[in-house]
Amino acid sequence: MNAALDRVGGVYALPVILAIIAFAAIGSASTWVTLTAAGLAMGMMIFLMASGLSLIFGLMDVLNFGHSAFVSFGAFIAASVLAALGVWLAADSVLLNLTALMAAIAAATAFGALAGWGFERVIVKPVYKDHLRQILITMGALIVAEQLLLAIWGGTPIAVARPAFLTGSIIIGDIAIESYRIFALLLGLVVYIAMYFALNRTRIGLLIRAGVENREMVESLGFRIDRLFIGVFMAGSALAAMGGAMWAGYQSLITPALGQELMIIVFIVVIIGGLGSIQGSLLGAILVGLMTNYVAFLFPKLALASNMLLMMAVLLWRPYGLKPAVKG
Amino acid sequence: MSGAILRLDDVHTDIAQYHILHGISMNVPEGGVHVLLGRNGAGKTTTLRTIMGLWRARKGAIVFRHHDITAMPTPDIARLGIAYVPENMGIFGGLTVEENMRLASTTGRFDDERLGRIFSLFPAIEKFWTSQASGLSGGQKQMLAISRAIVERREMILIDEPTKGLAPAIIRNMIGAFREIARETTILLVEQNFLFARSLGSGVAVIDDGRIVHSGGMAELAADEALQTRLLSLSLAEQH
Ligand SMILES: Nc1ncnc2c1ncn2[C@@H]1O[C@H](COP(=O)(O)OP(=O)(O)OP(=O)(O)O)[C@@H](O)[C@H]1O
Ligand SMILES: [Mg+2]
Repeated sequence: MNAALDRVGGVYALPVILAIIAFAAIGSASTWVTLTAAGLAMGMMIFLMASGLSLIFGLMDVLNFGHSAFVSFGAFIAASVLAALGVWLAADSVLLNLTALMAAIAAATAFGALAGWGFERVIVKPVYKDHLRQILITMGALIVAEQLLLAIWGGTPIAVARPAFLTGSIIIGDIAIESYRIFALLLGLVVYIAMYFALNRTRIGLLIRAGVENREMVESLGFRIDRLFIGVFMAGSALAAMGGAMWAGYQSLITPALGQELMIIVFIVVIIGGLGSIQGSLLGAILVGLMTNYVAFLFPKLALASNMLLMMAVLLWRPYGLKPAVKG
Repeated sequence: MSGAILRLDDVHTDIAQYHILHGISMNVPEGGVHVLLGRNGAGKTTTLRTIMGLWRARKGAIVFRHHDITAMPTPDIARLGIAYVPENMGIFGGLTVEENMRLASTTGRFDDERLGRIFSLFPAIEKFWTSQASGLSGGQKQMLAISRAIVERREMILIDEPTKGLAPAIIRNMIGAFREIARETTILLVEQNFLFARSLGSGVAVIDDGRIVHSGGMAELAADEALQTRLLSLSLAEQH
C-alpha cells in the first residue's frame, strides 16, 4: 500500500483519492464541485487555527488547550469590527467592503498576537516541561476566557455581517460556489505560502525547524529557544484568531461555544497531520474539511464521527501522523 | 594549573534524584587534545553536558577562561566559543547538510577558505551538501557533527565518543582530522577507544563512578602498562 501511494505523490495524494471516492459516491458533478470547494475553504480556515498549535507543540512540547480561546476571541472581535463598519460593508464599493473586512481580520490577528504574548508569559512560561500542569492551567485559562467572552458579548448568538461583494455565489454552468469560500481558500493559501517561505527561506525559519527537531542542539549552537518560542507562540495565536475571524464570516452566526467545537477538529487535524509540521497541518486540515463536507451531504448524522474515524484510521496506519516533523 | 582554558572544581551533578557526578575536578590546558576516559556509565557524557549547561551542577564551579559558566544558560556558554558534538551527534535530520552547517555559523555565512578545508578533511560533506541529513550514514553524520563544530574557529570543542560505531579506516581518517583541528583550538575528547585516544591526546583524565581517578600526561599513561591495567582494565575489557 505504501509503495503504491508513494508512486502517486505519497500522503499528499490522499485528499485527491478522497475526492475521487466522493465523486463516485455523490454522482452529481455540480454538487461535488460545491462540496469540494466548501471542504477546501473549511480546510484552509482550520489550517490557520491548527498550524500554530502544531508548531507550538513541536518547538517546546507545550500542550496548549487554551488555543481555541484565540479562535473565539478572533471571531467575536471580527464580528464587532464588522458590525461597527456596517456602512462600509454594505456599500456598493468593493474597495470599502474589502477595507472593512481587512480591518476586522487585522484587528482579530493583532489581538491574537498581543494576547498570545501575555498568555505565553503569564500562563505557559511557568509550566514549560510539565505536561500535566500545562493541560490543567491552559484548560483553566480557557474557562476564564470563555467567561470573559460571555461577559463581553453575552450568550445569545451574534449575527456576522458579510461584505457585500462576498455575499453571493459564483455561478459557472450549473455549478455554484459561494464567493466567501473562494476568498477563504485564497487567504489560507496566501498564509500557507508565506509560512512556507518564512520557514524554508529565512534564518528564523531554519532555527524553528531545527528547534522542532532537537531543542538542546539548537541551544548548544548558541541560540535562545525561549525567545524564538515567544515569537512562534504569538504567531500561532495570531493565526488562530485570524482563522476565527474568517470562521465568523463563514458561519454568519456565532456563539461562545464556537471555540470548543472547533478545538476538537483542530486537535484531530494536528494529530492526523503530525506534530510540528505545517505541511502536515495543511494536509490534515484539507482532509478533515473535505471529509466533513462530503459526509455531511452523504450521511448527515456521521459528520463529526467521520473525523474521529479518519483520525483513528490514520493513527493505526501512521502512529505519528501523516507528515510529522523529523525528530532528531 | 595556570594555562587552563577550562577548570572544573568539585562539580556535583544530579540527574533527577540520582547523584551522578561526585565532585569532578579537572583542568584542561589550552591547546591540543585532552582526553576523558572511562568505562560505560562512568559519567563522561554527564560531565560534558554539565559543562554545556544541559545539566546543572548542584555544587562546585566551572570556569571557562575567566568566565564562571556554572549557572550560565547553554546558548551563552556556546557563544563564548564552546562547540559541543554530543554522543548522538545532534544532527538535524530534516535539514540539509548545508542548513546544518549554516545554523552552526554565528553569522549564517561561510568562510569559503575554511569550508574548503572542511571539504578536504571530510569529502562526504561536500558530496552530500544539498542532501537531507537524515539520509547520511552513521559515519557521515559524525563527520557532519564535527564539521559543524569547526565551521568557524572555536575556543574549545567538546566531543563525545566520535569513534563509536565507525570502521577502522574511518577512525584513521578521523585521527588526521582531529590533529589538524587541534592546531587551532582545544579539544576535550571523551573516548573509550584507548588506541584512538592515545594517538591524539596530550593530557588524559580517567573518570570512574562520577569521580576523576587519575589525571596526567598521555605519554606517561601510554608507557605505563601497569597503570593502564589498573585504570582501564574495566574499560578495555569491555571493548570488543
Ligand atoms: N537521563 C538520565 N536519567 C537517569 N540516569 C542517567 C541519565 N543519564 C545518565 N544517567 C546515569 O548517569 C551515569 C553516568 O552516565 P553517562 O551517560 O555520563 O556515562 P558515560 O560515561 O557517558 O557512559 P557511556 O560510555 O556508556 O556513554 C550512568 O549511571 C547513567 O545510568
Ligand atoms: Mg556517554
